[in-house]
Amino acid sequence: MTSGGIRPGTIKRAVTAALFALTMFGGVALANPQPGQLNMTRGVSTWSPEAYFLNNVAFGVCVVIGILVFGAMFIAMFRFRKSRGAVAEKWSHNTTLEIVWTTIPVIILIVLAYLATGGLRTFADTTGSEMTVKVTGYQWKWRYDYVEYKGKAIDKVGFMSKLDKESDETRQLNSGLDPNAVKVDGYNTYLINVDKPLVVPVGIKIRFVITAGDVIHSWWVPALGWKMDAIPGIVNAAWTNITEPGVYRGQCAELCGQDHGFMPIVVKALPKAEFEKWLADQEAEANKPAQPAAPAAASTAAAPATAQATDAPVSQGHQG
Amino acid sequence: MAHAATHDHHDDHHGAPKNFFVRWCMSTNHKDIGTLYLVFSLLMFFIGGSFAMVIRAELFKPGLQLVQPYFFNEMTTMHALVMIFGAVMPAFVGLGNWMIPMMIGAPDMALPRMNNLSFWILPFAFTLLLSTLFLPGGGPAGGWTMYPPLSLQGDSVAYLVFAVHLMGISSIMGAINIIATILNMRAPGMDLLKMPVFVWSWLITAFLLIAVMPVLAGAVTMLLTDKYFGTSFFNAAGGGDPILFQHIFWFFGHPEVYIMILPAFGLVSEIIPTFARKPIFGYKAMVFAIASIAFLSFIVWAHHMFAVGLPLGGEIFFMYATMLIAVPTGVKVFNWVSTMWGGSMTFETPMLFAVAFVILFTIGGFSGLMLALAPADFQYHDSYFVVAHFHYVLVTGAIFAIIASTYYWLPKWTGHMYSETWGKIHFWNSVIWVNVLFFPQHFLGLAGMPRRIPDYNVAFANFNMISSIGGFLFGASQLIFVGVIVHAVWFSKKKAPDRVWEGARGLEWTLPSPAPYHTFEVPPVIHDDELAHGHTDD
Repeated sequence: MTSGGIRPGTIKRAVTAALFALTMFGGVALANPQPGQLNMTRGVSTWSPEAYFLNNVAFGVCVVIGILVFGAMFIAMFRFRKSRGAVAEKWSHNTTLEIVWTTIPVIILIVLAYLATGGLRTFADTTGSEMTVKVTGYQWKWRYDYVEYKGKAIDKVGFMSKLDKESDETRQLNSGLDPNAVKVDGYNTYLINVDKPLVVPVGIKIRFVITAGDVIHSWWVPALGWKMDAIPGIVNAAWTNITEPGVYRGQCAELCGQDHGFMPIVVKALPKAEFEKWLADQEAEANKPAQPAAPAAASTAAAPATAQATDAPVSQGHQG
Repeated sequence: MAHAATHDHHDDHHGAPKNFFVRWCMSTNHKDIGTLYLVFSLLMFFIGGSFAMVIRAELFKPGLQLVQPYFFNEMTTMHALVMIFGAVMPAFVGLGNWMIPMMIGAPDMALPRMNNLSFWILPFAFTLLLSTLFLPGGGPAGGWTMYPPLSLQGDSVAYLVFAVHLMGISSIMGAINIIATILNMRAPGMDLLKMPVFVWSWLITAFLLIAVMPVLAGAVTMLLTDKYFGTSFFNAAGGGDPILFQHIFWFFGHPEVYIMILPAFGLVSEIIPTFARKPIFGYKAMVFAIASIAFLSFIVWAHHMFAVGLPLGGEIFFMYATMLIAVPTGVKVFNWVSTMWGGSMTFETPMLFAVAFVILFTIGGFSGLMLALAPADFQYHDSYFVVAHFHYVLVTGAIFAIIASTYYWLPKWTGHMYSETWGKIHFWNSVIWVNVLFFPQHFLGLAGMPRRIPDYNVAFANFNMISSIGGFLFGASQLIFVGVIVHAVWFSKKKAPDRVWEGARGLEWTLPSPAPYHTFEVPPVIHDDELAHGHTDD
């Protein structure tokens, strides 16, 4: 995984790789699901903190209200027990109190609504992107087509991305294989690894156009902060701007049939220069005469091989 | 209670028919039909629960050990359909059937023969639905929401659609009956604003049912014609729109959510004043809050669809409208707490479940508020956070209210006290294990686990195992419930008094225990201080 973007022989690349590994350890480790994780990830895009912040504020509000309401309730349950000699009072109204506890929640809701509206507006604005990727959901894999990068149309760069072979073998009913053994660089990638990840650059606004070929799917990478349904016949738009290089994992989030649980998403975010090199290689491969871009053959091993496959995904016979 | 005593002599002349078939299959008696609904609901609760056990067993640890993914999807789909349409809704109709006539001083439901029909449709509907599990094509596996195009890939579409049609017909007839009964058959002096809150909640719920069940019927009929008659309502390639189905479905689906919780609000509003020995706080506000929630339920449906790519204006409208629901719901919770404040409380089993309802339903309400915030919902949507949310409002909400009222009225129905010790054992087991079951699912969702998946990454392993253990024990605890009911019906020696609970108010407690086969053939005289909510004029 850490060796993802490295080519041997270049010091600059080695330094990048070291930095890359460092950011992975710090940032990515928290961006992907962790055992015992209790809260939402902050994410690694410019927008994802919106969802995280709103989640935390709303949770805080709920905790405070909960302490007040449940606190009052428990006090009532201890103070006003018949066994303690409590005699029931007769009142059943208090207009002032009722006005107060109708008004205060309204004010809290207005504040929350204000915060949430800001997040919605920024999310809805897909303008000013510098790259477009088309995402298509199929039963049960994803297809990524690179449409445009920095105003330049990209020709024939696209591939299928499906569950990695190791997870796929392990997940068969009574396979006898241990899900705990499916690891890449010490991180368990069971059911959240693919044969060919989506490769994108960091630091630019990427627009996704999302659709599906058969049934409804939903493209969800928690580290990016959102999910968007992939619907046959409809093209949805969303965007991200990733701030840290790394490998970010997600899954299909809309029930799409028997293998709904087995169509993960892996986004590999590279520094811009590395991404451009990768893209150029892809285009060169794709545009070789008489060799149309074919769907990628499944790579045999998990991550190190994945990285290689990413470097030379199509028509391996014509390499070099 | 003099009037009740006079009824007794009269009732002896025509008790329940002796013939089993005549009594139960041809019944037009609201009490017998109510019993049928409740027994049916309990049976479905265990069938739906057994599907849940399969789900939790498969999710006990990573890797597939027990079932194929397709069967897992059948289980999640059937679990939801059986629990919603088979367990929760019939339980409320059963409680309404039993109690509404007794609470408003009516001799029976307004339309007794239709009452029989609306119940007896249900066993056929569920036989049809459950039979699909034994047919070659398998059961429906596209989720209870039946989103096309996926749901159209199944071979059991016709069975599912006809079963839903039957359930809808049953619900609509039940709702008509309840409205006709409440509006026409109240005893003189039982003004609308003197009715128990439970009766109010059912009146409003019945209008919701009549409004939305035909919408669901329309949606599933379109599925049927898309599948078998070449139409393209939901097929983009034929000029249709898959999202149209979601709009229609949730226009039904959100009011449906309140159909499953408003009667629970009513039930808890009966139980808490009884055991607090104090009238319900803010009776009119309680009724108005139920009506407000019912109204709002029609304009919030697209909050189930924040991730389908709604336009910005749509997201904002549905987010604001959804958040608004927190206000009347908050009023209800505050009023329940205020009813307890200054009371003289005892904690018999019904009260324990009612108190747990208030706390745990509110936790479900909190996560509901978080889900309403659309930008955060882009993360929560279709994750286990949602699963935790709706199980808190449905299990510790609706089902806890149903269990509470079963304990509350069981002595009135059977004439015998249930075992308080075993009731409390049932309560503590339920309330502990249900939290072990559902609370960790919040964490799973926040960490990124999607719902409706049969297998998961090992990062999700620890909380799934805890959740499964809670699930097995919660399921097992419900066997205690059956034991308590069986004991109270057939074996309990302890006679129940007419007014079973010291603080109980309302007409049903003026009747003998067990309630005679026919009651209030002569309308009772209403004394305002006999009513559960005291004087409403001050």
